Amino acid sequence: MARELLKGNVAMAEAAVRAGLEAYFGYPITPQTEVLEHLSARLPELGRTFVQAESEVAAINMVYGAACTGTRVMSSSSSPGVSLMMEGISYISGTEIPAVLVNVMRGGPGLGNIAPSQGDYNQAVHGGGHGDYNMIVLAPSTVQESIDLMVLAFDLAEKYRMITMLLTDGSIGQMMEPAELPEMRPVVRKDWDWATNGAIGRERRILSSIYINPPLEEETNLRLMKTWQKVQANEVRYKEYYLDDAEFIVVGFGTSGRVALSAVRAARAQGIKVGLFRPISLNPFPYAMIDELANKASAFLVVEMNSGQMLEDIRLAVRGRVPVEFYARLGGIVPFPDEVLSEIQRVATTKLNTDQHPRDAWLARFTAQSER
Amino acid sequence: MQKEILIAGFGGQGALFAGQVMAYAAMDNGKEVTWIPSYGPEMRGGTANCTVVIADDEIGSPLVKNPPAVIAFNLPSFDKYEELVQPGGVLIVNQSMVDRGASRTDIITIFVPGNELAEEIGDRRLLNMVMVGALLTRLPELSIQDIETALNAHLPERHKKLLPQNRLALQRGYDYAQKELEKQII
Repeated sequence: MARELLKGNVAMAEAAVRAGLEAYFGYPITPQTEVLEHLSARLPELGRTFVQAESEVAAINMVYGAACTGTRVMSSSSSPGVSLMMEGISYISGTEIPAVLVNVMRGGPGLGNIAPSQGDYNQAVHGGGHGDYNMIVLAPSTVQESIDLMVLAFDLAEKYRMITMLLTDGSIGQMMEPAELPEMRPVVRKDWDWATNGAIGRERRILSSIYINPPLEEETNLRLMKTWQKVQANEVRYKEYYLDDAEFIVVGFGTSGRVALSAVRAARAQGIKVGLFRPISLNPFPYAMIDELANKASAFLVVEMNSGQMLEDIRLAVRGRVPVEFYARLGGIVPFPDEVLSEIQRVATTKLNTDQHPRDAWLARFTAQSER
Repeated sequence: MQKEILIAGFGGQGALFAGQVMAYAAMDNGKEVTWIPSYGPEMRGGTANCTVVIADDEIGSPLVKNPPAVIAFNLPSFDKYEELVQPGGVLIVNQSMVDRGASRTDIITIFVPGNELAEEIGDRRLLNMVMVGALLTRLPELSIQDIETALNAHLPERHKKLLPQNRLALQRGYDYAQKELEKQII
């Protein structure tokens, strides 16, 4: 198929349609409303289900119900709306059924603003709902990746019977880029051996997240952990840029990853041996690759649009072998490449102080700079 | 090759669509391209801007601090972006909406009476194409023909009757800017 100029949100929505999305439940919120808007036209046109729920709480519970029947189902929202879905996310995870969610992140906490942010990394990657569960979390950085990961998300959700979330932001959601959509796949409602899709002629099935008896709950917890080990072994995804001879490694995901790419290229043009590592699967996190890179790099620079949430995962993988530095913009501000370039120059040319936590060091530098 | 273009104006002046047309043309030329709008509350307050990045390879940041090419449709945009244009860059200003001259000498500033030129052709909504035409004098990455082909390929059918006028607007903007440039060079 030919490349089309597509807006990130619309591209994700249409990719979901073509991946066989059968039902969507959601509630509008900027900057993801185009997902819902596109599906509100497309799904009824195809005889599929679109419901604008009365709230995000209702929407996630509708997703829960539809997912139990083995239907390909999704919802999408932005940060405050996703917070409202946390209870349902935990229930779906505890019930071990597939669902796809999209979080087009915006500035927070609270009602925040509608500008691009990455402040929900911890909520998505390290829990957010209660109890021990994991979601697969995928972070696109381009419109094409938004499409490809959306299609993958449905397959992964069903393969592992868990939620797969696309964690993106207002910048990628609102941006237009040339991209290629996949072929339309037919809607196939597989006859899963777990689905509650009518018990005529077969044993009743029960789907629930209630295990009143603690040993049964523990058994469930252990099963979830074993499933997660399989995900960790098979579903790590990332992209590398200029890493072959890199002394310094910038790490960034989504929008901050692509801003870092511009900075890395500019630094390369100045002769600095720097590369970029861009995690695509944030959960499972590419710990092993960072671990390996830490054996040959002389320093890392983590760039995020939050207060250093992925930074902790990088530190865990690097284990103090080399300095890990940090740069961020928050509040819905996207860093410009030249800000990241200055940081690369600093990391490459100055003696780095590892006594202080990189977040504290950055905060001190950043505040001093803005007060000047 | 990479080139960044920022287009800013009041809502309704066609700044966002001007950027989209350039993005379509770049895509049709086989380039990588990003188009990103300001979508925040400022958009609802009346000003709108977008950034278009055209490149040969995978595009990193969709935004740049100092774009080499800017179109300012009104005074607030002129005031905000004049100082941000990359040295050696080009700034196209809609003279119909500003009441001052250029304050920088290290960039090329071209004043184009966009509203008047558009109205002369018969439709003030052609302002954006006049301004794009003017920018094309200093944008080797795209030609009038590229923009025209993109309009033809991507405009909805119901708007196709406006193609000849759009073509005229592009050419009028281009010719006006070309004359201004010649004056500056002399």
